[in-house]
Amino acid sequence: MSTNADRHPPDAVDRFAAAQGDDRRAAVRLGSKAGHEKRTEILFRDYADPDELRRLAGAIKQHALDHLDVYLPRAEAQLRAHGAQVHFAADAVEARDHVLAILRARGALGVVKSKSMVTEEIELGPFLARHGIESIETDLGEFIVQIDDDHPSHIVKPIIHKNRREIANSLERHGLGPYDDTPEVITRRARAFLRNKYLSADAGITGANFVSAESGRLVLVTNEGNSRFCLAATGCHIALVGIEKIVPRDRDLGVLLNVLARSATGQQLSVYTEFLRGPRAPGQVDGPEEMHVIFLDNGRTGVLASEYREILRCIRCGACLNVCPVYRQASGHAYRGVYSGPVGAVLSPLLAGSDFATLSDLPKASSLCGACNEVCPVDIPIPDLLLRLRDRAQRAGTTSVSADATPTVPPGAMTAWAEVATRPWAWKGALATGGLMNHLPQALRPKPLRVWGQNHVQAPWRGGAFRKWLAQRRRA
Amino acid sequence: MSARGAVNQSPPPRRVSLMATCLCDAFFDDVAQATVEVLEHLGCEVAFPEDQTCCAQPAFNAGEWDSARRVARHTLGVFRGDDAVVVPSGSCARMVDHGALLLFENEPDRPEVEGLAQRTWELCDFIVRGLGVTRWPGRLKARVAFHRSCHSRGTRYAESALALLRSIDGVEVVPFGEGEQCCGFGGTFSVGFPHISRAMGTLKIDHVLAVKPDLLVSADSSCLMHIGGLADRLGREMQRQHVAVVLRDALKSSGTAA
Repeated sequence: MSTNADRHPPDAVDRFAAAQGDDRRAAVRLGSKAGHEKRTEILFRDYADPDELRRLAGAIKQHALDHLDVYLPRAEAQLRAHGAQVHFAADAVEARDHVLAILRARGALGVVKSKSMVTEEIELGPFLARHGIESIETDLGEFIVQIDDDHPSHIVKPIIHKNRREIANSLERHGLGPYDDTPEVITRRARAFLRNKYLSADAGITGANFVSAESGRLVLVTNEGNSRFCLAATGCHIALVGIEKIVPRDRDLGVLLNVLARSATGQQLSVYTEFLRGPRAPGQVDGPEEMHVIFLDNGRTGVLASEYREILRCIRCGACLNVCPVYRQASGHAYRGVYSGPVGAVLSPLLAGSDFATLSDLPKASSLCGACNEVCPVDIPIPDLLLRLRDRAQRAGTTSVSADATPTVPPGAMTAWAEVATRPWAWKGALATGGLMNHLPQALRPKPLRVWGQNHVQAPWRGGAFRKWLAQRRRA
Repeated sequence: MSARGAVNQSPPPRRVSLMATCLCDAFFDDVAQATVEVLEHLGCEVAFPEDQTCCAQPAFNAGEWDSARRVARHTLGVFRGDDAVVVPSGSCARMVDHGALLLFENEPDRPEVEGLAQRTWELCDFIVRGLGVTRWPGRLKARVAFHRSCHSRGTRYAESALALLRSIDGVEVVPFGEGEQCCGFGGTFSVGFPHISRAMGTLKIDHVLAVKPDLLVSADSSCLMHIGGLADRLGREMQRQHVAVVLRDALKSSGTAA
């Protein structure tokens, strides 16, 4: 989903949440809650100190990012040495052009895709369709998203917002048989449909979960085995990889794969873990004869050079979405971008580049509860980054801009508050006179208090009472 | 807040400065009073710097960091010196020992900010880890649901409060569902995102009331103001109390109040 060119009201996420239907709200809340509980159970069952593991994983990723100038060329050299072709794309346009050029050179008419957030980020599917190339999503969730012309609402579970009745309807609409919402039937029908697509496709497109600089090994994890089919049946493998996916050594994968599967899906290891570093070698029976790795920047080096660089550690596990109380109420689509939840609230405005303002409300869509940091397998200080982004949005003057965007906390309110809170005489005066609030009708109160009053019975103002008590006590 | 801030390691001094918090100054005087009585019971000499106002968190969270720095600098001046600063709020404590460090990252007076961070304590943390007191006298016959405020993440605040509560004769701490979830206050979040905040708060109330406690206790007045005010608005009866008040009332019951 592209970032909307319109500026949004500061409470756009809240409005989206309020407008959400009960089914959808329940599906997202219960789905993410279950994901969080599975994650917690398995991490604390398997490890004496999961927090130590999170910190280690975070340190590995941070080290790789801090030395990307060393590790990225190393990965490139290894991949080339094993016969892969390596391309670099500065932005989405370049990445798409690389893909199109590769496919045209092979005369490709159809591709099969395994799940990849980067391909969502560069809107590859619609681009290929415009150029007459059929692109089929083979991850079951992404497949449903595709036939519904929808967008993924979760990094790992793209259709967390749909219940199985909706999914059964989607399959029926797409001509995959009469309505049947039995999960096994849904899966079997999609599987049969996809089998034929694999066999007729000219290329397989994947992302990558990690790339080892030491060996050039590109690591792909899936639970459905669909990425293997994408590669086994086609002659050409194109992997789109964000440059932040580099890890220094193969042995680092021992830590990262263990935290990824547990954090993402509550598994010890995903069902399929593939290590790839080149096309089919002489003597190998199958596998693509061509392998292309496209390393994508698309704003990442800018983030790397900024005070938000820790967000690039993210391994896209979705644990922060699952635990986030705001995500649970609002759902992923509320975030208007490819990446949703806490990580999306940081990453989307940053990757938007000069369109920062269009998404600068997202960092405020958080109670700063810190649960995201607590579960993050690479220990990203997400709340701190959200706070910095709020400061940045404020300095850039990008908050409260659209016509219906009467902010709940009006501009200037905090400046006025600071005037009072830095002058003890004014503060004491305010404590003494604030009692008027107890008698002011709801309609005449300032907007923040009015909104507060809609949800809460206001506690009575007792400004200065403590100071009075203390003074009397000291005199006694 | 991030999981790891400055961990207070300073030795337990007996002269303390009370940071009463703006919420106690405006609404919850009994919590500040109880804090004084609890600290005095423990043998502390409690100073109350009259010029104090607020820890600066409202503007900090709102992204208005210029205003936040002005107020934080004022607070820095008010609490100048070497005294331990004790605050009956995990949220304000974390603003001083973590948020302010972020706020002053590139400021010349960051060392002073670090100094204040090092000697600022959340009340229960001060009692348990600062003074080494882990058992609380008195009696309170009550099933207590304890709300772990989010600012206790990555700290020992909640464990300290729970240790004290559990040590009170008659108190039974009862766990409730999704205890690690935020109540939905979040300062200006609660008015900027009122629907989500209300939904989060309602869920918290559902979970708490499901275990039928006599009392909801928290170490943060702000969470209690939100949860309680919302429960009142929804017409759902919910007794709630700040932990400082529970500790003080336990002292009274045992006849050992200062």
